[in-house]
Amino acid sequence: MEFVMCAVIGFLFFAAVYLMLSRNVLRIILGTAILSHGAHLLILTMGGLGGEKPPVLQDGVKNAMMADPLPQALILTAIVISFGVTALLLVIGYRTYQTAKTDKIDDLKEDEFHE
Amino acid sequence: MNSAVFPIIVPLFFAILLMFAPTQRVYQKIVATIGILSTLSMSVFVLQKVHTDGAQVVTFGSWQAPFGITMVADSISTLFVTAASLVTLFIIWYSFTAIDREREGNYYYAVVLLMLVGVNGAFTTGDLFNLFVFFEVFLMASYLLSVLGGTKQQLKESLKYMFINVFASALFVIGVAMLYAVVGTLNMADISVRVTQLEQPAIVTAISVVLFIVFAFKAALFPFFFWLPSAYSAPPIPIMALFGALLTKVGVYSILRTYTLLFPLDTTFTHTLLMILGIATMVVGCIGALASWNVVKIIIYNIFIAVGLLIYSISLFNEESFAGMLYYTVHDMLIKAALFLLVGLLVYVTGTQQLRQMGGILTRYPTFAWTFFIAILCIAGIPPFSGFIGKMLIVKGGFASGHIAGSIWVLFSSLIVLWSMIRIFIYAFWSKEGRFETVPKPTYVKMLVPTVTLVALCVAYGIFSSVVWPYVQDGAKLLMDPTLYSQFVLKGVK
Repeated sequence: MEFVMCAVIGFLFFAAVYLMLSRNVLRIILGTAILSHGAHLLILTMGGLGGEKPPVLQDGVKNAMMADPLPQALILTAIVISFGVTALLLVIGYRTYQTAKTDKIDDLKEDEFHE
Repeated sequence: MNSAVFPIIVPLFFAILLMFAPTQRVYQKIVATIGILSTLSMSVFVLQKVHTDGAQVVTFGSWQAPFGITMVADSISTLFVTAASLVTLFIIWYSFTAIDREREGNYYYAVVLLMLVGVNGAFTTGDLFNLFVFFEVFLMASYLLSVLGGTKQQLKESLKYMFINVFASALFVIGVAMLYAVVGTLNMADISVRVTQLEQPAIVTAISVVLFIVFAFKAALFPFFFWLPSAYSAPPIPIMALFGALLTKVGVYSILRTYTLLFPLDTTFTHTLLMILGIATMVVGCIGALASWNVVKIIIYNIFIAVGLLIYSISLFNEESFAGMLYYTVHDMLIKAALFLLVGLLVYVTGTQQLRQMGGILTRYPTFAWTFFIAILCIAGIPPFSGFIGKMLIVKGGFASGHIAGSIWVLFSSLIVLWSMIRIFIYAFWSKEGRFETVPKPTYVKMLVPTVTLVALCVAYGIFSSVVWPYVQDGAKLLMDPTLYSQFVLKGVK
């Protein structure tokens, strides 16, 4: 199971890098979103898969059977953060498109006005 | 007592208060002033308490460490928190005149306080994932500050700044996940205990490099510095001062914490890496500072030189260099903020950022000119000003651990700092009459007063360094012995 997850995470990182290397601002934003998805899955996998019981103390549940609650809490936090950042990125990307009249990252180079 | 979290909660509370009436400019200014003053007094209170009673540890929800999230106010973090709050106080005071009405009416002060929440939180936290969360808090605030105003230049630079930081944050999450898989905990004190018991410490060294790259992005170390000069030069001067004084220092602080506490395993590899990158960063800063004819860019490149010096002093790993490093970080926060405020005034009275177009300010504004001159002496480390003591300790530590060439380069780089700054003084203040704007006298005075006060504070920090010395010494001792940290976090030993 861990192996499959690692392959999925690797594919997500590959897709994210491919998108982030393109010149289009929107594709770069999607690339960062996919990169953070890959990172979130990585947390889940790194915490160890295969806990069968919820992490609640009760009779008959041993330590080894419990799912590790910490990675889930971490992912929840990380998802919320990346959701917020992606929303802000989309807004700023759109405003930049409106103001600079371009969505090519090459055209967003620093102006030469101060040298 | 929960005193460790006061410097985080107080600015958060006042930021929320500020959001209720965004367009009331008088209300904004009064509440922001009260907010930052109470944050500062809280940080000084915690600093004193830590010095007398030992480190303050708070675990949220009373989940004992290592299970709950821990906030640790020890002598290092409180020193940084106090310096950050002090710098923010002066920047808010300067903003009263330097920031335009549109920005003031659009949550400017609230976001400044929120950024302080993130910065203070990152300094105080004792949990690696919580460090990531506080990084995001101050990054969100910094995105807002850098885009606030919405000019074309700002939008372009903010977008690129955000891309870089989102990428770095994803790397941070990846590094945290891997470390969790290896050691099974995220509490920094607990990690520091468990890494010493691992059978394969090599994998932790690999993870430490991943985390190092994240912090190197924030601290703008070579080769991850490329985003900083353009991103920092887009927003208005007070925001630039806030970024330049605080944000890179959070990266430096994280490297200091992780490389003394969590990863002191393969020091020959990691600390050589730190040393080489620190020196390379200083080289980049020196070249940039001498090559640029834009006054703002010259100060921005001086950030690199300071960051490189701090990373170099971390890599030396002895008590003297750590004491010098802590002392110099506080000095650098104060003096960088002061220089940005001075350059803001320079741009305001001349109406240009080009050094070639300026000239003759000394005859028109003598007070301003001589304040600038004293600030130059401070940053270059001329005794008895504050830069001298920090640099002397770092160089002494360097000689003690046998790194002669690096330490001589540190001394040489301060000459370059002096040269790059004196260049501004010669061209803008001495040479024949250049460009001038007609500036209303009251506005000029209102911007000058906080600047002069901050420079005076830098001078006092150097002359009365014996006041700060006990706190710095506590911090250096703590950095040399990571078991002290895990003892007071995990076992409650004072």
